[in-house]
Amino acid sequence: MTAITTSRSRVRLFRDQHVTRLASILVVLLLFFALVRTENFFRLATWQSMAVQFPEFGLMALGVMLTMIIGGIDLSVVGIANMTAIGSATLMLSIAPTGSDSPEGYLALMAAIFFSLLVGALAGAFNGFLVAKVKIPAILVTLGTFELFTGIAVIISGGKPTSGLPPEYGEVMASRLFGVIPMPLIIFIVATAVIGVLMYKTAFGTKLYMLGSNETAAEFSGLKTTSLTIRTYMISGLLASVAGLVMLGNYNSAKADYGSTYTLLAILIVVLGGVNPNGGSGRLAGVILAVVVLQVLSSLLNTFPHISNFYRPLIWGGVLLLVIVVNQWDKRDHLARLFRWKGTTS
Amino acid sequence: MVDNVIAVRGVSKAFAGVQALDTISLEIAPGEIHCLAGENGSGKSTLIKVISGVHAADEGTIELNGKEFSKLTPMEAISNGVQVIYQDFSVFPNLTVMENLALTAELAEHRTFVNWRRMRRIATEAIAKINVKIDLDAKVGQLSVAQKQLVAIARALMSNARLIIMDEPTTALTKREVDALFGIILDLKSRGIATLFVSHKLEEVFEISERFTIIRNGKHVITCLPEELDHKKFSFFMTGREFDDARFTPQIRATQPILETSRLSAHGAFSDVSLSLRPGEILGITGLLGSGRTELALALFGSLKSDSGEIRIDGKAVVLDSVRTAISHGIGYVPEDRLTEGLFLERSIGSNIVISEIDSFVSSLGVLEQDKADAEAQRWITDLRIATPDAQNAVSTLSGGNQQRIVLAKWLATKPRVLILNGPTVGVDIGSKHDIHRVLRELAAEGLAVIVISDDIPEVIQNCNRVLVMNAGRIVSELDPTQTSELELAALMSKDVQTLEGIS
Repeated sequence: MTAITTSRSRVRLFRDQHVTRLASILVVLLLFFALVRTENFFRLATWQSMAVQFPEFGLMALGVMLTMIIGGIDLSVVGIANMTAIGSATLMLSIAPTGSDSPEGYLALMAAIFFSLLVGALAGAFNGFLVAKVKIPAILVTLGTFELFTGIAVIISGGKPTSGLPPEYGEVMASRLFGVIPMPLIIFIVATAVIGVLMYKTAFGTKLYMLGSNETAAEFSGLKTTSLTIRTYMISGLLASVAGLVMLGNYNSAKADYGSTYTLLAILIVVLGGVNPNGGSGRLAGVILAVVVLQVLSSLLNTFPHISNFYRPLIWGGVLLLVIVVNQWDKRDHLARLFRWKGTTS
Repeated sequence: MVDNVIAVRGVSKAFAGVQALDTISLEIAPGEIHCLAGENGSGKSTLIKVISGVHAADEGTIELNGKEFSKLTPMEAISNGVQVIYQDFSVFPNLTVMENLALTAELAEHRTFVNWRRMRRIATEAIAKINVKIDLDAKVGQLSVAQKQLVAIARALMSNARLIIMDEPTTALTKREVDALFGIILDLKSRGIATLFVSHKLEEVFEISERFTIIRNGKHVITCLPEELDHKKFSFFMTGREFDDARFTPQIRATQPILETSRLSAHGAFSDVSLSLRPGEILGITGLLGSGRTELALALFGSLKSDSGEIRIDGKAVVLDSVRTAISHGIGYVPEDRLTEGLFLERSIGSNIVISEIDSFVSSLGVLEQDKADAEAQRWITDLRIATPDAQNAVSTLSGGNQQRIVLAKWLATKPRVLILNGPTVGVDIGSKHDIHRVLRELAAEGLAVIVISDDIPEVIQNCNRVLVMNAGRIVSELDPTQTSELELAALMSKDVQTLEGIS
């Protein structure tokens, strides 16, 4: 039976055109990188700096992915990340003011993590409640709560960066496993593994896809659609708060307008990863590949000093539209037909 | 012989390898009332779409007004007097009757500014053509089905129609409304306008049609006069099979009803419904669209709140406030529209079958035991003879009949004690239809209590041991199908009674 299941999942992964397409894009991108910026490509620091950076938006993208699979969206992830980061930074400062001893620092660290996850989950559950119970479209709910959470963050922080964190926090977040693998990457891998198990090894995961595929049928099949929706947004909020903790570590401070480009980036990743914006389909593998592709692309752009950072939104927006157009085209079988046509004439 | 309004000659049309129409010919004379009959999927709709220019025929020609077309466009069809009234009428529900009627004319003249007085004049003229009274300022969405249909007919007549095609026009009409519609059609006939009636029900078209054309699997079967047809021949021509008229006889062991309702009412939907169901029975509930039959089913499945009356299961009063409560009491529901309410089209066949019992495949660690779920799905695929090479395929790859079996399997997998089926064989091919009926009879024999809600009269008469007729939200009679003819049942269903709005 296990043999059957593994062969089946391999077949399914291959059958998923997005995954194969993304994997080939990644290979081409890496080859291009290796050829054009050989020096950077073979430097460990390049990869380490990537591994520190992408978990910030990668974690947010995981949350957005879940909400999009059930046919919703979460635009509030950046708001949640900043709000929880500022909240936990403020908490740490009150537990361990500058110049405190190390035990107090670690206590502050633990409290911050706990607080952050709790608030993130609550904020997400609030989104889920408005979507599932009050029945407001997710795009409006999360746009509204994004402003709300950002507003709370601005008020707590007074609009200024919250810094001067206990050094223990920075040390833990900057630590490297075996001296090589940065902490943010480890956090991202753990989160991915947990989400993967949730999606493919539990009934919850199957139900998410079913809910996204047809809400009425889910209702008629006896699924607790309200609770499923609330839990999904809760997980998204939780992941966003983890992203907030990573950002807090990376910048050693928190501010209400950090990561302002991440909302679009997270959605771009999820759509690029092959998740249907109408819900019901999409694979974790695709989303992870999309995270990596965009990070590599971004790092590659950084090595061209004459391409200004100002171009970045333009590039991300262009890529997003291109992917949506290609997906739409693909749905009508045009790509397959194109390939078939090539096959018969050549 | 007068020239034909339309002559379809040897038209064929294939979709992705499936031959939807195979050298079909059809002629309609001016003023003729012609009935096009055929099962679901026989190619009726495709033929209409070819005639109205929506689909281009692969082969064959269409002659309109003496002009021959091989590739007809919708504009050419309209300008040659072909008008189609679809089942959904294609009206704009958010606009008023006047706007609905006048808009086409306004648009056709490429006007930039709206002249309300002119629009009113156009609309008044249009309504006058069919001699009915409709409030021009009413929003179309608030009209009754029959009135919407009248608006659609009036709109069709505005553009000098010579042939009006009506797709299943009587599905949701009461007897009086049907009579009114027939009056209009006869009036059109006297003005030389031909009507092509599309239907799969003999009763409703027999009294008015002058000629019948029956198609099956995209092929022309027969064109004949009504005198040459009786009910048996009609079904034979439609299905190509002789029916065994074996009726269902229940084996009722328990004397205690499993499900009962007394004076159950839901405002605006149904009222005073009392029924009882014993294990082993197949209870038919029939009625027109909007008679409250679907709402009653939803109330029994916990999806619609009733405001008075009582539901009892095993003699104990229960409150079915959610679908989950209903399921926990052993009630299953195969919904009316499997595509929007029953299936997760892009998900796999396997997960569609096991979704309602998925929590029973979770180990104590919370991990889903996929192999057990797969085995369960496979068991149902074999049991219900679902034709698929792989349970991992998406449900959307299946035919209507197999899709309906998936919905059935999903519910049978929850081991229900009461199974409610709403329109179990709508849009299902004849073979699957028989299989589904056979399964239902077998299940009843094993002691399941079954409710079949359907407006397919032969289906109800053949497969149920009792039939309740619903009309305007009430149960108007309880019948023994062995003592009832199809015509009697049809008459009860479409009899005019006071509407529910009037009484509540």
